[in-house]
Amino acid sequence: MGEKVLMKGNEAVAEAAIRAGCRCFFGYPITPQNEIPEYMSRRMPEVGGVFLQAESEVAGSNMVYGAACAGARVMTTSSSPGISLMQEAISYMAGAELPCVIVNIVRGGPGLGGIQGAQSDYFQATRGGGHGDYRLLVFGPSTVQELMDLTMEAFDLADMYRNPVMILGDAILGQMMEPVEFREPPKRDLPPKIWATTGAAGRPKNIISSLYLDPAKLEKHNLHLAEKYKRMAAEQVRYSTYKTEDADIVLVAYGTTARIARAALDKAIERGLSAGLFRPISLWPFPYEALKAATRRAAHVLVVEMSLGQMVEDVRLALGGGKSVHFYGRTGGMSPAPREILDEIVKIVDKGA
Amino acid sequence: MQRLFGRPEALADVPTHYCPGCTHGIIHRLIAEVIDELGVRERTVGISPVGCAVLAYDYFNCDFVEASHGRAPAVATGIKRASPGAVVFTYQGDGDLASIGAGEIVHAASRGERITVIFVNNAIYGMTGGQMAPTTLPGQKTTTCPRGRDTDVAGHPIRVCELLSSLSGVAYIARVSVTSPANVVKAKRALKRAFETQLADSGFSLVEFLSTCPTNWAMTPVEALKWVDDKMAMYYPLGEYTHVPEVG
Repeated sequence: MGEKVLMKGNEAVAEAAIRAGCRCFFGYPITPQNEIPEYMSRRMPEVGGVFLQAESEVAGSNMVYGAACAGARVMTTSSSPGISLMQEAISYMAGAELPCVIVNIVRGGPGLGGIQGAQSDYFQATRGGGHGDYRLLVFGPSTVQELMDLTMEAFDLADMYRNPVMILGDAILGQMMEPVEFREPPKRDLPPKIWATTGAAGRPKNIISSLYLDPAKLEKHNLHLAEKYKRMAAEQVRYSTYKTEDADIVLVAYGTTARIARAALDKAIERGLSAGLFRPISLWPFPYEALKAATRRAAHVLVVEMSLGQMVEDVRLALGGGKSVHFYGRTGGMSPAPREILDEIVKIVDKGA
Repeated sequence: MQRLFGRPEALADVPTHYCPGCTHGIIHRLIAEVIDELGVRERTVGISPVGCAVLAYDYFNCDFVEASHGRAPAVATGIKRASPGAVVFTYQGDGDLASIGAGEIVHAASRGERITVIFVNNAIYGMTGGQMAPTTLPGQKTTTCPRGRDTDVAGHPIRVCELLSSLSGVAYIARVSVTSPANVVKAKRALKRAFETQLADSGFSLVEFLSTCPTNWAMTPVEALKWVDDKMAMYYPLGEYTHVPEVG
């Protein structure tokens, strides 16, 4: 502890999982996250864990379902097209209340898209992605250190809520190297997994299923899940602010884009403009109230994403039409340059729109 | 008083939803008997499919997991890898295993997963109301091949045992039926060998049951049993299929 090491984002995810007690990893190769399964294939045998390369993301995510049933700490990682294939198992795990950690190192889409970093899976991650009324906890880290911290904590949160937790990174974060240190997440009292299917020795049988043929029972189950999501929404809102107090224009960005936006707004401040940054860390639950409070005095809000505008919808929901919300996005694996964002800031402030 | 016959401990004391003349009930009972005889009920985890046996978890008295359609071998892999001491079996129909789950079963077998697969082949989709299955016989009528399966259009039925027996990870594969007391005895023997294969840690094991669907075949239970013997067993010969070449 305390010692800084230089690590690639993808490797940091893998090591963080191991340190958080993850002993089962199932995955399928896909760029730009291959360092994670490669690292796991080396590291898991050293700690007595399971690494298995599945025949597909469909199978791999269902292996995650199985290992979660057995009570294991389990993770899978992939990138956008692969995450689409996992939606079946993710929906089933949400329905059956199984804890697991899923990391999406997002690349540009739709379809096969490209392999450069993007944020175009925001809707998929925060609105469910698969079928049915369900939610995942979704975190969007912006540094390798934060990626590591949130990955470690994700295992505790998954166990605490009996729910899949998703880390939404991107190709830039996965591939970049930064100095990191391993930090233990806060200690939590986690409930024993008495529901796990480990063999009915000296107890009645356990059944894990998401099937409720009686609609009244299914509604009751969904309402039970909704109660849990409400608790998650109350307890897991995370965000950070930078110079938002008294800012004329507040930028809203998450993940890698937040770093670029910050570079742009520092330049704007140098030019005498009054600008700040609001960075959601939890994408679900989205920090609606905090964003509203942070932009109360701002005349302008500018949302920047590596997409054609997905998180911007949450920003508009938060601000309720009382404020004009501007959007600047690059897509397809292109990332916005600080200069482009600065130009956008200047344009908005000059127009006074 | 000596007890000569009774309900196996691994079988729950509840009525099933299966149609009259369907052989799921017999197959369930045989599995439960084998689990009891091997003394592994308290470390057994079953995986039910999507299909007629989706509620199998209610009928067995051991831990159970409901998988998504076709993914039971992947779910079983996750369970077995996470708890190697567990005895893990999947219970899958023909649509589940040989159609939507064809990828999962092939790879679980080729990896030699230490699981036991119960494959129930009745040549039709029962739960959804009698549509064509990957194992529907040529010429057989279903609601999605009302003029009979035309192999030029719908392709040919898949022989799962023959297909999987070419894979090196497979340790035991057999095809059985339960159409007569003699066949039931043989089926139970195969089932026991399959579970013993898993307990011996020697590789993947599967038993295919040729089964009936009087409801969707539009037959009486007796006619259905005869159809299994006369028609299905011709296309899907009974016997053991474990001739795995040891290469490399």
